[in-house]
Amino acid sequence: MSEAKGLIKSHTVKKYWMGATGLFLCLFLVGHLAGNLQLFLDGYEGRLQFNEYAVFMTTNPAVKILSYVTYFSILFHAVDGLVITINNRKARPEGYAYSKPSANSLWSSRNMGILGTVIFVYILVHMQNFWYEYKFGETPYMMSEDGQSPMLLDGSSVNGGMIENGEVVKAGESLGPAMRDLYAIVIESFQEPILVAFYVLGMIAIAFHLIHGFQSGFQSLGLKNRKYGPMIDKLGYAFAIVVPLLFAVIPVYLFLVK
Amino acid sequence: MSLDSKIPEGPIADKWTNHKNNIRLVNPANKRNIDVIVVGTGLAGGSASATLAELGYNVKAFCYQDSPRRAHSIAAQGGINAAKNYQGDGDSTYRLFYDTVKGGDYRSREANVYRLAEVSANIIDQCVAQGVPFARDYGGLLDNRSFGGVLVSRTFYAKGQTGQQLLLGAYSAMNRQIAKGKIQMYNRHEMLDVVIVDGKARGIIARNLVTGEIERHSAHAVVLASGGYGNVFFLSTNAMGSNVTAAWKAHKKGAYFANPCFTQIHPTCVPVHGAQQSKLTLMSESLRNDGRIWVPKKKEDAEAVRKGTLKPTDIKEEDRDYYLERRYPSFGNLVPRDVASRAAKERCDAGYGVVDNDTKEGVFLDFASAITRYGKEEANVKGVENPTDAQIKEMGKKVIANKYGNLFDMYKNITAEDPYETPMRIYPAVHYTMGGIWVDYNLMTTVPGLYATGEANFSDHGANRLGASALMQGLADGYFVLPYTIGDYLADDIRTGPIPTDSKAFDEAEKKVKDEINSFLNIKGSKSVDYFHKKLGQIMWNKVGMSRNEQGLKEAIKEIAELRDQFYKDVRVPGSGDEMNAELEKAGRVADFLELGELFARDALEREESCGGHFREEYQTEEGEALRRDDEFTYVAAWEYTGNPSEAILHKEELNYENIELKTRSYK
Amino acid sequence: MSADKAINITLKVWRQKNADAKGALETYKLDGVSTSSSFLEMMDQLNEQLINEGGSPVQFDHDCREGICGSCNMYINGQPHGPASLNTTCQLHMRSFKDGDTIYVEPWRAKAFPVIKDLVVDRSAFDRIQQAGGFVSVNTSGNTQDANAIPIEKDNADMAFDAATCIGCGACVAACKNASASLFVAAKVSQYALLPQGQVEAKDRVLNMVKQAQKEGFGPCSNTGACEVECPKGISLENIARMNREYLAASLSK
Repeated sequence: MSEAKGLIKSHTVKKYWMGATGLFLCLFLVGHLAGNLQLFLDGYEGRLQFNEYAVFMTTNPAVKILSYVTYFSILFHAVDGLVITINNRKARPEGYAYSKPSANSLWSSRNMGILGTVIFVYILVHMQNFWYEYKFGETPYMMSEDGQSPMLLDGSSVNGGMIENGEVVKAGESLGPAMRDLYAIVIESFQEPILVAFYVLGMIAIAFHLIHGFQSGFQSLGLKNRKYGPMIDKLGYAFAIVVPLLFAVIPVYLFLVK
Repeated sequence: MSLDSKIPEGPIADKWTNHKNNIRLVNPANKRNIDVIVVGTGLAGGSASATLAELGYNVKAFCYQDSPRRAHSIAAQGGINAAKNYQGDGDSTYRLFYDTVKGGDYRSREANVYRLAEVSANIIDQCVAQGVPFARDYGGLLDNRSFGGVLVSRTFYAKGQTGQQLLLGAYSAMNRQIAKGKIQMYNRHEMLDVVIVDGKARGIIARNLVTGEIERHSAHAVVLASGGYGNVFFLSTNAMGSNVTAAWKAHKKGAYFANPCFTQIHPTCVPVHGAQQSKLTLMSESLRNDGRIWVPKKKEDAEAVRKGTLKPTDIKEEDRDYYLERRYPSFGNLVPRDVASRAAKERCDAGYGVVDNDTKEGVFLDFASAITRYGKEEANVKGVENPTDAQIKEMGKKVIANKYGNLFDMYKNITAEDPYETPMRIYPAVHYTMGGIWVDYNLMTTVPGLYATGEANFSDHGANRLGASALMQGLADGYFVLPYTIGDYLADDIRTGPIPTDSKAFDEAEKKVKDEINSFLNIKGSKSVDYFHKKLGQIMWNKVGMSRNEQGLKEAIKEIAELRDQFYKDVRVPGSGDEMNAELEKAGRVADFLELGELFARDALEREESCGGHFREEYQTEEGEALRRDDEFTYVAAWEYTGNPSEAILHKEELNYENIELKTRSYK
Repeated sequence: MSADKAINITLKVWRQKNADAKGALETYKLDGVSTSSSFLEMMDQLNEQLINEGGSPVQFDHDCREGICGSCNMYINGQPHGPASLNTTCQLHMRSFKDGDTIYVEPWRAKAFPVIKDLVVDRSAFDRIQQAGGFVSVNTSGNTQDANAIPIEKDNADMAFDAATCIGCGACVAACKNASASLFVAAKVSQYALLPQGQVEAKDRVLNMVKQAQKEGFGPCSNTGACEVECPKGISLENIARMNREYLAASLSK
């Protein structure tokens, strides 16, 4: 049992968790991005598809489980990261008078804690903007193309239906929850230049976090070697640039075009 | 006291086996009651500590470095010999024995050398089992290369870091025993005296180099594995801390010092750069497998090269003097070290040196033709048809980099010259001391219970050591010889019990050590310890160096004695004794070198012949080769301390060659 | 060798009387330093000057001065072993500096490497890590099988050798922002993991050595790669990945 306790305390094991949760979050990013890219779709079709996607993401049981894993990963990654950072500091109580770390490592590699904190703040703001708004806020409801009928979660419009307390009601009978128009909030939010800038900055932080984090996750888990190591490094760089860039393009696009 | 080498009876091939069968053993339960002190943790001391602890003795090991892993064995580059005959080129125990005796110019003890050759194969097995990563070929088997002075490939290697890998092997074996508590390791401790109780070595006085505390340590036997004394020359390839103190203190307590003048000057070292030079760096002898040594044929070319107006690569082939190939056609660049060194000195003295330092000392070691040769081979192997010169050079460089990459990098680092493009400049430097504390066949000194192993003893290399034999000897002594022979002595101590450290002998030894330290601190003179060390080095190099003559040696003896007087009057040792104090450490070591140097010169003066590394100008052939005088000098000179180094008493151990006929060494 | 010239420099050197004393950077001027001198020869020159002035010389660790013993350990101008790569302090030469330069010289900084005096630190933690498992438990009797009994694939033998070239200087720790000893531990773990001789004890070895490193106070590995860049022997980060792999496998099965 003491062996097991030792393992929990082990720096190396903490890094396994860091790598595992981090790489899982990379997968999450890909999924999230795929959803977000639908914001590029135009017209009513696009709006509907995005909102249907939002419904799917909030109601599908499998997605629900995944989302809890994601929340857990984010929190675990953050707490584990904090503990590791504290351990990092403890190992060198007295620093150098003159140090030139840029000679041997990247700024991003040395500042994952700071980047992580920025990203954590970003996530909180982001959750407040959309997730909280969508779930608990004054989000408008999605209407049929002619703007007359409310819609159910499955995308069917209810002719002559009304919305009461978030439910579509027709003839005094509730037909189920009404579809909300997340798309509208997104478009509206990104008319605010400060928020657009904040999102872009958030993505820059994620990019730098990923430049180090992607390959570092593989390294911590012992998945890098002479043959695949360089490939993982390249893939990590590409991932760190492409994914946040695509994420960042969306608010900018929406700001400029809509 | 007469010298008894205790060589066992019987035919040479059976001596060691018979001896092992007949010596006394200590039962495992009793070994737990016996303590052994080992001073030094290089190959000899590290391997001895590990093995003695494994056998069950309580070992206390001492090193002045901050970790046993840093002992200077780590710097050995080229390789380790072993008569494995993996290459099937006719090697055998006898041939290794023969080559070693011949290489040593017939001044080593036959029985010891044969035993060394006999256990050499075990060393390789042992090290591989420990996880030492020797170089391998594509079939996964161990690779070999050849070294100077022999005609077979019997040298095992790990790139240019063989010593490091072997030492780390011994260090790992030590660690296993340290973890078990069988070795008590004393890092940053320097032995300052051996304690003799009732005629037996029973402990040491050591200084804790961190706190300055003087400590008493007792044991039933003391093993000195403290290395050689090349630093008596100030400039040598030894580590800065390498010293003679442990050996010299033992000498002063009754251990005879044998053949001090037998010093190896290694032919391939980076030349001196200037007055601030603190040590010299070796370029492994293995480089001579592929490098060709030359100087310009014309003096004006040599001068232009020194001035920097002529590039060595611009000197035409016919204007180059490949003097080793010219003088020794059969061995060429692979003549033994002493021969190669003297030949370099001869050319430089004649004015053909190529390095712009005070003494114009330096010759070229050129890899251009090896690069071309390997490049062509690679082109064939890779099926490149009609390769261009540039392609050949590129491929050849890769082969060379694979073989000697770290050495080339090191050279470039030191000199800022790229040896892939321009020949290396090299010159001989003091490297190894064949002489050392006299030991018998059991490796015991003339003090009962005091042993000496590795470079610290004198026994196996005669007047000149062959390349890749030092690692072999250190490990042979420590892993396979001493652990057997020491039991024969310790068998008497199974009922002795722990040796108390409160005896009069310990009191006296400790007082002497403390007095000496205080005397250094209280001189408060005007010159640093290094000042005296450099002066001593100059006397040694100029008068007791690569060639020696009667007049110079007599002058040296006088000058060293004067310098020693001056040292005790005018040295400045700052700080105190109860703190970490490098100057104080150096003062003690230099004081001992100042005594050893005198004995060294005296020994060189007495030996009126030239043999191996000892070259007396009065004794040479018409062609300038060493002239040995076997009738009068086939003996080991073992010196007994009397109070003044140059008044030491000479004891002779006659060397009897029963298995090898004494011949004039010829490498022509 | 012929391009040798003399430069004048200013040194800011960490001076600390003993482990308990408070230290500080002291400033020294040193003139006429040959660019052919090694960094340690320059330090010798400084000490000679200090001794002649009646001061106390700077204490530093050094021994072989050919880059292999791992004794020397100076943090020079913000980098372990100074600006040159694949280099120890003793093999750093003054031609890397210019006339008028100011050079900072500090000891390694890590909780596990306490300063003993001036630039000398206590690296015995490294020894204890090795004692925790950095060996193959084979008796040194010589009664082992023939060295060629087990052929070893050349690639593995070469990689094991590359890992084994670690000189234990501690530059990896000094360079790491977390003072982690991962590269040092990984080098030894890898050497044995790559050789058949090391397999038998592989699991215990990696678990014990990693545990000991943490116990000594070395920090976690952040994979910044600083250690690899500063390692005088160029020991690769892939050794850390291998150690992590070995540790994972060992933790799951042991």
